[in-house]
Amino acid sequence: MGFPDRIERVIDIAHPPAKVWAALTTAEGLSSWFGNDATIDLRPGGSARMTWTSGHTADMRVERVGEPTVFGFTWHIYGLPDDDPRRTYVEFTLEPTGAGTRLTVVESGFAQLPDDAYHKAYEGNTGGWASELGELVDYLDAA
Amino acid sequence: MPPDIEAIAEQVFVSLADPSRRAILAALASGGPATATDLASRLPITRQAIAKHLGLLAEAGLVTAEPGERRRIRYRLHSAPMQVAQQFLAALARDWDGRLDALRDYLEK
Repeated sequence: MGFPDRIERVIDIAHPPAKVWAALTTAEGLSSWFGNDATIDLRPGGSARMTWTSGHTADMRVERVGEPTVFGFTWHIYGLPDDDPRRTYVEFTLEPTGAGTRLTVVESGFAQLPDDAYHKAYEGNTGGWASELGELVDYLDAA
Repeated sequence: MPPDIEAIAEQVFVSLADPSRRAILAALASGGPATATDLASRLPITRQAIAKHLGLLAEAGLVTAEPGERRRIRYRLHSAPMQVAQQFLAALARDWDGRLDALRDYLEK
């Protein structure tokens, strides 16, 4: 048994789906509980960004908008270099329960590996600072 | 999860569990490629022990040996396995419990 590919949580909230939906999908809602500041273009393919007073920023891409039941986005895996293509998918599902909402959040994709990563993990690394510094020298020499 | 991902991550964590190997990786990360002799002059570890650890780190894919004459071989950090291990740490660091508590507090205030 290894590390999780997916994280799942379910919570019951004593407010109707419309109110929970607004908390999840509006800049005002997101900046109240998730980030310290937020922007969101709520359509599939739209961008969202959260910033924290610590200076940390998270860029998200909206993937699914099914008001008021499904909202999904992808974002970068924390700690990996900015140019790493791997992203996890986060999906919120809202189900009405009497006067409230059952909210499920699933984040998946932690254990993904891009096609070449296995190869890259074992083969010699051609990237990294040494080769980038070499490219800088070539560029300066040519200028 | 494919077992190879797990094997790569495990080798990273096993390698990092040893303080001498952490010191060697930290020295390569901060100072760039170095020979076993360079590392022995910078760290409180004997050259023989450094050579042994470099062998293990190379086997785990965390350092690569640059071609050269035996005593002059320079080792450099190989970051790809760290990036595999990092995604597992990311899953542990996501803290949805704290976020969902904050969401509930916000809605119920």
